[in-house]
Amino acid sequence: MNSPVPSFSQPAATAPAERLTVAELEDQLDGSLDPVLSSLRTAQPLAARLGPLARDLQDFALHWVNVIARTSGELAYQFAATAPDVLRQADPATAEVWIIQVMDTFDREGLYRASSQLKNIDAFLLASQHNTQAVAFEDAGTVLRLFICGLAGRPLKLEAGNETYTDTECIHLPARIFSFAARDKNFLLYKAMATHLWAQSRYGTFNVDPAAKLASFEDPARALALYNYLETTRLDAIIARELPGLARDLATLRDNVEPPPECAPLLEPAATAQDSLALVDALYTRFEPPQLSYMGTLHPEIARAVRASRVAREKKELQTELAKLLGGQPGDFPVETEEGGASRYSVESTADASESLELNLDGEPVAPPAHVRELLNSIAQDLGEIPAEYFIPAGDGAYIDNRVMDDNSADVSTSPQHEEDAVLYNEWDYKRRHYRKNWCVLREIDVQPGELDFIDTTLENYAVQVRQLRRTFEMLRSEDKWLKKQPTGDDVDLDAVITAFADLRAGRELPEQLFQRRLKAERDIAVMFMVDMSGSTKGWINDAERESLVMLCEALEVLGDRYAIYGFSGITRQRCAIYRIKRFAEPYDSTVRKRIAGIKPQDYTRMGVAIRHLTALLNAVDARTKLLITLSDGKPDDYSDNYRGEYGIEDTRQALMEAHRGGIHPFCITIDREAREYLPRMYGAVNYTVIDDVAQLPLKVADVYRRLTT
Amino acid sequence: MSKLATSKPATLHEQASQTAARIILKEPYYEAIGGEIGLFEAAYATQIPVLLKGPTGCGKTRFMEYMAWRLKRPLITVSCHDDLTAADLIGRYLITNNETVWVDGPLAQAVRCGGICYLDEIVEARKDTTVVIHPLADDRRILPMEKHGELLHAPPEFLLAMSYNPGYQSVLKELKQSTRQRFVAIEFSYPQAALEKKIVIAETGIEPALADQLIRLAEMTRNLKGNGLDEGASTRLLVHAGKLISKGIPARAACTGAVAAALTDDPDMLRAVNELAGSLF
Repeated sequence: MNSPVPSFSQPAATAPAERLTVAELEDQLDGSLDPVLSSLRTAQPLAARLGPLARDLQDFALHWVNVIARTSGELAYQFAATAPDVLRQADPATAEVWIIQVMDTFDREGLYRASSQLKNIDAFLLASQHNTQAVAFEDAGTVLRLFICGLAGRPLKLEAGNETYTDTECIHLPARIFSFAARDKNFLLYKAMATHLWAQSRYGTFNVDPAAKLASFEDPARALALYNYLETTRLDAIIARELPGLARDLATLRDNVEPPPECAPLLEPAATAQDSLALVDALYTRFEPPQLSYMGTLHPEIARAVRASRVAREKKELQTELAKLLGGQPGDFPVETEEGGASRYSVESTADASESLELNLDGEPVAPPAHVRELLNSIAQDLGEIPAEYFIPAGDGAYIDNRVMDDNSADVSTSPQHEEDAVLYNEWDYKRRHYRKNWCVLREIDVQPGELDFIDTTLENYAVQVRQLRRTFEMLRSEDKWLKKQPTGDDVDLDAVITAFADLRAGRELPEQLFQRRLKAERDIAVMFMVDMSGSTKGWINDAERESLVMLCEALEVLGDRYAIYGFSGITRQRCAIYRIKRFAEPYDSTVRKRIAGIKPQDYTRMGVAIRHLTALLNAVDARTKLLITLSDGKPDDYSDNYRGEYGIEDTRQALMEAHRGGIHPFCITIDREAREYLPRMYGAVNYTVIDDVAQLPLKVADVYRRLTT
Repeated sequence: MSKLATSKPATLHEQASQTAARIILKEPYYEAIGGEIGLFEAAYATQIPVLLKGPTGCGKTRFMEYMAWRLKRPLITVSCHDDLTAADLIGRYLITNNETVWVDGPLAQAVRCGGICYLDEIVEARKDTTVVIHPLADDRRILPMEKHGELLHAPPEFLLAMSYNPGYQSVLKELKQSTRQRFVAIEFSYPQAALEKKIVIAETGIEPALADQLIRLAEMTRNLKGNGLDEGASTRLLVHAGKLISKGIPARAACTGAVAAALTDDPDMLRAVNELAGSLF
């Protein structure tokens, strides 16, 4: 590093490489440390120890002594005493980090803590090595998540925790790995752990019931550990066949631990978890299973419970989906199946390497929607095959039970809650295939202004990104169009002139449109942001939403697009609310900023009525392109009536189609990982985007908007 | 008229005509993924224009070349861009040696010679440009060349085809209903694994085992679509990777260059795709 040049140093009479003498050092230390020196405590021993250091290290030490002395003379004295040792062990860059940490501690906790930290440089050095070579889940998580998603199987969540295991729907990994001195190796270990846990659910470790079987052993824990090792061996063999590249890397983590010869059957492609379980008997008494670095623990009870509830859920989902594929209302189906419609479906494994399942209807292959295909694969993974009864289409039981609406009879327009400022909206009932007239009562409410601090903090935290955003959006803006063939303009349109000349020579009239003109704001876009203010956004989602809005406003101000922001929430159809944050006509001023800061989680997510209201507002604006962008964290939902689930999804879809008919382009940005199951139905295959990481929301929203409008 | 004066414009005219029309002599390699060949032929026979929909790199352009070869018609491809004017398609007067010469645009050429005019990535063209194909794309099958004072009637051999990728998330890049509803749409997607493997082997000559791994990698990236990738790896990318490998580039490096970096700029995603490739090779 560059050695900082102390401001008080002597003019460079001596060459920089030449060491300072002890006397010179003492002189300078005396100057810096004067308040804490006495006749008993002089700078002489300090200077003597600094003497042998190279000149740049001496300068470094003196510079920091001087700096620290401005905060605390005593701390500076202690630093001067330890500096020679430190600089022998650490390079100046590391030492600087350490000094800053010590000074932070002093500011926070006082001299005592700071000086004890100062004396404990070894701990710091060890930790800094950890810091540089350890891999934390926050850093590796994104890549691992994408990696596992790419490996496929069923969608899995990744979380950091104390234990390394999977419940077949979530993979738990350590928060931090520091098993090797090299960062790459630590990441590899992460990858190996995640892949094995993925393989456990993909290749059926929990398709048998290990806990029940192993309970009969004297020491079930030992038997389970053995089963874990045998499964790891079996999965290693599968990985070697399927992912040879990764298998090579795994081998380096195994430290030459090879499975005993009895494990040979597990290496066969046909081996299943059943075989591993059978081998536990044979090896229990005479084999001590080694613990491989990438082996996690098994929690059969948890995994089996999760699996059982998934099996039940997916059976129902598949039956409902198949009923839908036959093209009717789910509720109608039980009747038809009794008439002999049962099991017109069958499934076949395709012959190629992908081993994907092919769905047949009456013997003919049909192409099921992506989520049905996922369901089929997930079921086949759990059960090995798809049992025949799964193919009997059935109604959606969840809705049959509670079809009676809470307040079917009451017409809200006559109900006491009806007020002057309320607007009534229809709602789509997919079962009736008709609108319920004037079903929802909606009011516009102003958001209670919050503190401006939030905006300032956000802008501070994202200063770099905001600058970058502004630049990107400025570029968008400056993409001026040259309008060709204009009757007047800034410049001659050469192409037009040539054409005109040729036309003229060909005996045609000279046209008047010979100029080109630069068109400034060709973007004639009005955009409405609809922000989810439901209770589920409470906490960091709400923060992320507000931050997103701040960033978005910054960007949109640069761009000059017209925009409005409204929040939505409500509880029951009688009390739907739209919260005004920014109207189209309002400037982005401190009132609007305060309102953004004041966005608070409210109640539920009745989306349809909100979309209808905002569509009406957007329709009143005159613009060539109109966008309705929803920021949301989950499915439509409401309290007490049947809005949750299919009813809500269908109503929302209907409302979006109404908007689309009016020339509005709806788009949805969501952080709900399960959104892929219902958003395509609501918004269409390409009109939504899922942001997996809430922390990314503020950065991504403006980016999505940019992509959407270019 | 001097000899020079007549010969020059003729050359110019010839030059302009030669650029676009192309008769495909050698059979392009194409594997049918469904009934698209039959559908296309039926559309051709009944003179209905064709719209090819599908993600990038799934074989739309190759299919057009193949059909042009199969039907033995010249293929004229126009890559659309947002500065494409109606005159660029229909034609314009050019001046040479104090004379004006009318030069047909690619669309007019295709109509005259009874060829196939293929408008690639039609959504990139401005909406007002797209409108000029309307009279040609319904049962009138005429191309009014207002400037030239001519009305071209398309012969039965002429076919209009265009392609577009419905996966773009931009609201400004949607095809107008009035345009799209004049076409028979043929939907393309990535071929099934077995077929894709056959294609990759035929195009690159790599070993079947290696092709299997490339297909597996493509599936992995397609799993990531919507999770940070706008599109999964196309068949074209696999062919690129295969070609690099057959030239002696190590498989991992080939996948980094031809697949990962071609798909994304996002560092995390880049890393994840590389890790996926690394787990296979």
